[in-house]
Amino acid sequence: MTGTSYRSPESIEEAVDLLAASSGTVDILAGGTDLIIQMQGSIGDQRLIINVKHISEMMQATLTDDALLLGPAMCCAELTSRADIKQWFPGLIESAYLIGSSQVQGRASVGGNLCNASPAADTIPALIALGAVCHIVGPSGERSVNAEDFVTGVSSNCMADNELLRCIQIARPEPNTADAYLRFIPRSEMDIAVAGAAVSVTVNDGVCTSARVAIGAVATTALLVPAAAAALVGSDLGEDALDAAAAASTLAAKPITDRRGTVEFRKHIVGVLTKRAAGIAAARARGN
Amino acid sequence: MSEAKQYKYIGQRTIRPDGFDKVTGRANYGADLSLPGMLWGKVLRSPYAHALITKLDTSRAEAHPDVLAVAGFEDFPSVNAEAFAAGNGDSGMLDLARNILADKKVLYHGHAIVAVAARTEEAAAQALQLIDVEYEVLPPVMSIEQAIKEDAAVLHEDMFTQGLADTPSAPSNIASRMELKKGDVAAGFAQADIIVEREFSTPTVHQGYIEPHATTVRFDDNGPSMVWCPTQGHFDVRASTARLLNMELGQIKVVASEIGGGFGGKTTVYLEPVALVLSRKAGRPVKMVMSRDEVFRASGPASASKSRIKIGAKSDGTLTAVEASLYYEAGAFKGSPMAPGCMTVFTPYDVENMWVEGFDVVVNKAKAAAYRAPGAPQAEFAAEMVMNELAEKLAMDPIDLRLLNAAKAGTQTLYGPKLKEVGLVQCLQAAKTSEQYQTVLASGEGRGVAAGFWFNIGGQSSVIINMNSDGTGTILEGSPDIGGSRASMQMMAAEELGIPLDRLNPIVTDTEHVAYNATTGGSRTTFATGMAVVEACQDVVAQLKSRAASMWNVTSEQVDWQDGSAINLAGEDVMTLAEICAAAEKTGGQISGRGNINARGAGPSFAVHLCDVWVDRDTGKTDVVRYTAIQDAGKAIHPGYVEGQFQGGAAQGIGWALNEEYIYDDNGIMENAGFLDYRVPLASDLPSIDTIIVEVPNAFHPFGVRGVGETGIIPPLAAVGTAVSDAIGLPIETLPCSPPRVLKLLQEAAK
Repeated sequence: MTGTSYRSPESIEEAVDLLAASSGTVDILAGGTDLIIQMQGSIGDQRLIINVKHISEMMQATLTDDALLLGPAMCCAELTSRADIKQWFPGLIESAYLIGSSQVQGRASVGGNLCNASPAADTIPALIALGAVCHIVGPSGERSVNAEDFVTGVSSNCMADNELLRCIQIARPEPNTADAYLRFIPRSEMDIAVAGAAVSVTVNDGVCTSARVAIGAVATTALLVPAAAAALVGSDLGEDALDAAAAASTLAAKPITDRRGTVEFRKHIVGVLTKRAAGIAAARARGN
Repeated sequence: MSEAKQYKYIGQRTIRPDGFDKVTGRANYGADLSLPGMLWGKVLRSPYAHALITKLDTSRAEAHPDVLAVAGFEDFPSVNAEAFAAGNGDSGMLDLARNILADKKVLYHGHAIVAVAARTEEAAAQALQLIDVEYEVLPPVMSIEQAIKEDAAVLHEDMFTQGLADTPSAPSNIASRMELKKGDVAAGFAQADIIVEREFSTPTVHQGYIEPHATTVRFDDNGPSMVWCPTQGHFDVRASTARLLNMELGQIKVVASEIGGGFGGKTTVYLEPVALVLSRKAGRPVKMVMSRDEVFRASGPASASKSRIKIGAKSDGTLTAVEASLYYEAGAFKGSPMAPGCMTVFTPYDVENMWVEGFDVVVNKAKAAAYRAPGAPQAEFAAEMVMNELAEKLAMDPIDLRLLNAAKAGTQTLYGPKLKEVGLVQCLQAAKTSEQYQTVLASGEGRGVAAGFWFNIGGQSSVIINMNSDGTGTILEGSPDIGGSRASMQMMAAEELGIPLDRLNPIVTDTEHVAYNATTGGSRTTFATGMAVVEACQDVVAQLKSRAASMWNVTSEQVDWQDGSAINLAGEDVMTLAEICAAAEKTGGQISGRGNINARGAGPSFAVHLCDVWVDRDTGKTDVVRYTAIQDAGKAIHPGYVEGQFQGGAAQGIGWALNEEYIYDDNGIMENAGFLDYRVPLASDLPSIDTIIVEVPNAFHPFGVRGVGETGIIPPLAAVGTAVSDAIGLPIETLPCSPPRVLKLLQEAAK
């Protein structure tokens, strides 16, 4: 009766073939926590749903000697329970732990969060701060895109209709490096970020030698903020440097006023979050 | 307090009889009933906040093959044009009718216009898109300030302000004004050493019940039509539906499903009469279920308010005069809780000179519905904020200020009666010695204290207790259970009859099995229906004694009733309740007891809440770190559920104070019609809410009960507001204290 068809490929190749062969609307189903809601009101429309949860490599996370290879469909609950990954990337784990509720985290995935491309997505700033690389596969082979370039606008990403995100790769952190993610919501959980900030820093002999700062929910996409990172690099990550990074994030933010916050409030808050996240990341990097 | 009477069941923390079905998912709620051949009804709603309907054509929807009925305002026979032309229109039902199906004008975004019934939910949704409506859009009136301006767009051309000294010549958005006074406030303020005056506003909020409105109905020409719905009062659903559809009460049977929260919002009708019209036209059962979006836009909410409070006091803290102007948004139709607001605003205090005025103002928002102590939280918030400011200015402990002026037995209220025994002083004393009040605040924390008063009501309740031959019994009551009342009925009956709890099964019946019961509201049920249960038990006991007497060949007067057994005072005989019931077949048939009453003497309940917060000065976010709710229950039948009522009221009040508010765009369209952006507090947003039950018995109830359901939502607004004010060192005049608002206060103060 409906025009919806559903497939569950068991390999990347099979999925790529399905994508290549399809002509109309195709939706990739991972956890479905965004897709199912988006489908409300259009049930019965012509579409192909490709469930990727039977593709084992998309459901796993592997730590190699030099990188985390994160299967984009692995659910957040599984990711956040991985102590080995948390040791490397505590900020990424923090961001995944903030999505929805415990129940939602049992379905929702980092890859889904990334592909859905909400400006307020929690894991995207964390991925950008970590310098994550997105491996995309399609009919013409594979290509790689940096996390900060993956999302192109509100609900849009760089992938063609017949492409699939197969892996998110994050390089093993250098020694004395740590990340942190913070977001602001008016209550304690189960909410959408009013603003978010992710910071990764490397601290050697008390001096910040490398930093990446990314902010979320304050523009159409999460933003890498080089000026905020520059304010941190070379500093002792003291109060002045953190304030300078905060000011850089506030300046970089291009938010809107909506029911979740005003322009002024979001610009202010993203600075506060930048400062606090940088402080947490610094403490972690110093081993405190 | 006198020595408390020893009870066997009352005061215990028993297992609630409805608990198992609810936690296992077996309980049936409003949307759970489906019937063979049933149609789905859906409602076309206004896309504008304020507009005239210039054209309405349902012919394309009616032509849809799966559509079996369409209903509009003209299908309400008691209020349609025909009825008024014939001179028998029921003007008292007009607003209710126009709210559930618009009559030529839409007055809020989401206002129902037309309903359709179709074979499937999808077909009903498609049919709505086939209805052609044209509008002449009018400017939306979205606040009290806008509504009362001279040049404001008028919502109702036939609305002239009631209660003015001079009859107005022009229509107005002020439906009515009221005034209450006692003594001479001018003289009172002249005696004052200090006067504090401030203005406040509170937002539109929703009751936030988890279960949406839903109904399944079956119209029947040959017998009672059936209405199934979640409601706080199925007898009143029957009454308003019957009146609107020109039916007799006996022609409608309303079955109250389990209810997933009401808080006052399920004391009116939205879908039921509409569904019954559709069912009558289609000749099929009809089911309607609101979406969450519809619930937010077109049910509830509670009134937004603006208020001005002025309090004068001697330098020792004695209040000399109090004055209030209270404005309430009624929503699209008159009838905000202005009156209870005016009546409660200063009732916690014994003051010689009082003056209060209230205004009922219509705006282009959904028609306001009752919400837990309707009108009181808005008014008492403002008064309590000023009391705390006064205490600060006098350098007095805010509890001591209240103790000095506290209402007590004999206090002449502004609204009429003198108070009987009440527990405000005891609540204040308990607050003062509470663990929280002894706790020293940490840096950055603030503390607020506030009192609250609510009348509570009695009213009509009817109960039948049917005894079985094995000594078990069924309690048939007609008060929907929204807070554990089945448990309290069971406990009161077990106490009265002297038999174990599990021998008694409390059932909330439909409208056919007991006589009229007033709606569960006004914190009346454990009080009034509890009294009816006791009366029905006394009826059962009288019959049990009479049966025992007949078996013993003595008179009833020679039989005593103790601990579930009849005692022959003329001999040695003892018969248990079960034994008498087993013999009932031979002594005149099985036994039923009846208690039909109109309960008088509801005891007011006072509360005092303590709130400690920590405010993040960089973000404006408030965390409630400690909270204690203290309230007079008269007698707690089930202390666990009494505490649950205190905590639930506190949680809803904290939400109202911190984050809950309707956010509208410039066109009067609500932007946060869902629980994601309409932020009720989550469990993780709240600390463990401590409770202290004060028991000052109500002499009018056999066990001393006072209603406890509503008062608990009154104090949190000012307790939180004052705590935030204390933490940031700035006055709070506007709720909610949401992070952007608090941050702005801090930033402006820093400039």
